[in-house]
Amino acid sequence: MKRRRLTADSAGPIRSAMPEIARDTLREAASEIMARAAIEIPRDYRDGIRGMLEREQHELSRFVLEAMLENWEAAEADRRAMCADTGVPRFYVKAGNEARPEGGFVALEEAVRSATAEATRTVPLRPNRVHPLWRTDHDNNVGINAPEIEYSFEPDADWIELTTVHKGGLFGTDYRMLFPADGIDGIKRFFLDTLVQFGRRGLACQPAIVGIGLGGSKDTSMTLGKQAACLRPVGEPNPDAGIAKLEAELKELGNNIGMGPMGFVGSSMVIDCHVEVGYTHTGGMPMSVHCFCLSSRRATARVHAGGEVEYRSDPRWFTPYMRRETVGWQAPLARTA
Amino acid sequence: MAGAARTHRLSTPVSPEALAELAIGDIVYLDGVIYTGREGLYRRMVDEGMAPPVDLKTLSNVNFHCSPAASVGEDGSLNLGAVTATASFRFSRFMERFFELSGAKVIVGKGGMSEADYRDLFVPNGAVYLTTVGYGTGALLGRGVARVQAAHWLEDLGIAQAVWVLEVSRFGPLLVESDLAGNSLFERENRATADAVERAYAGLRPPSLARYGETVSRGDEVL
Repeated sequence: MKRRRLTADSAGPIRSAMPEIARDTLREAASEIMARAAIEIPRDYRDGIRGMLEREQHELSRFVLEAMLENWEAAEADRRAMCADTGVPRFYVKAGNEARPEGGFVALEEAVRSATAEATRTVPLRPNRVHPLWRTDHDNNVGINAPEIEYSFEPDADWIELTTVHKGGLFGTDYRMLFPADGIDGIKRFFLDTLVQFGRRGLACQPAIVGIGLGGSKDTSMTLGKQAACLRPVGEPNPDAGIAKLEAELKELGNNIGMGPMGFVGSSMVIDCHVEVGYTHTGGMPMSVHCFCLSSRRATARVHAGGEVEYRSDPRWFTPYMRRETVGWQAPLARTA
Repeated sequence: MAGAARTHRLSTPVSPEALAELAIGDIVYLDGVIYTGREGLYRRMVDEGMAPPVDLKTLSNVNFHCSPAASVGEDGSLNLGAVTATASFRFSRFMERFFELSGAKVIVGKGGMSEADYRDLFVPNGAVYLTTVGYGTGALLGRGVARVQAAHWLEDLGIAQAVWVLEVSRFGPLLVESDLAGNSLFERENRATADAVERAYAGLRPPSLARYGETVSRGDEVL
């Protein structure tokens, strides 16, 4: 693909020629993914649990996994939320560089907030969101900084992708500042600390997709780790072979602490481990751990400029562009053929 | 599981004789009436001395630590979807007085409470703890709700903290976490996993930077 050069002459006409993405289409797509996320367990996660059930030897742990499989069927048959703790709904927006939402991004954010309130009433979801101090509850999951909306961009695209994630907010997540001297041992130790402290009694609602954010600053490591847990499907390793090896080691370690669902004796703890990295301070190695639970709820809609909407459960959030390492952006060779 | 798990169908109010049959790890389904109650109800009854919105002693002896996924229509109709429990250990400080005021004998929740709580609060009151499964089987438990009788204190406490009175039928599955003797399924499993957890840590150095209040003993629990 030849990279388009935007000059003062060409930029204006090209951009204004792009059709807008209608705000109603965005709002409807946002409502639809809210319902799909709450009701339909992603296939990658369900198939992963079936695989774990085949290997699980312990009766109590098997009982829990079987109940969950039955629960997901009931949710889809009844069009009922799979779990009543419908989490704290949040959105991830990936906008193509050429995409133009009608009314701009302020209108897009309003569409997303409106869809959150609507789905909370119609699905229904649990209105979890309250003011942290006054406990004010609008019964619609909307408020100050709620739902969160995070953005990323994609070159050579004119669509907008909306992803919603419904993740619980109380247990299964922790942060630690590690240092280069702590090394891989330190990563393993903190990974175990988090699994054990929240795995007992099943507070992490495991087996979990365990997301790990390594590097950046403290907030970056938290953001990356959450995205790693919530936005990568089961079975998709990091494209960096060294990181993929670490992911596999951590997954095996987590499944060898003798613990399964609800903290019962078993081997079903980590359905997959996803690590994402960011360049960090030369003296540090901040790390976060996030457990995406037995109700790993996510759904994505790609909204095209022409008005078509495609739905899927794989957010495809971590693109080569997201993981770029150099100053400029050069599409990888595979895409230039 | 030690021996095969037994399955019980219990009707509310659950009798002392029925409770005496339960052993940790048994599977339970409930029929009858149960009510939700968590910090919203507890703070009012225990801290503020308010009377409950309905006479709990005659209503049911099953208290569910739960907020449903539900909405209220413009005509006041109640739309209940999924139902799951919330983590119970946070309510420990309310339980002694709440047992007295409510006459509850069955607590249904998530994650259980400590062995000390069972010994000091549950056993003297002849109460058991049933844990939901998963977590959480929101759709299965939602199917088990035949009818919503009422949602008390909805206006002041909101949907999540209101006291929902639910008529249930084959409501489950639930597992017996603590029986009348105060045994705990979670504590038994914690002890059974302790050695494998220690082996996983073998050879890993402690972190360079410690944190205030940090425990390095895996024998300690976070609750």
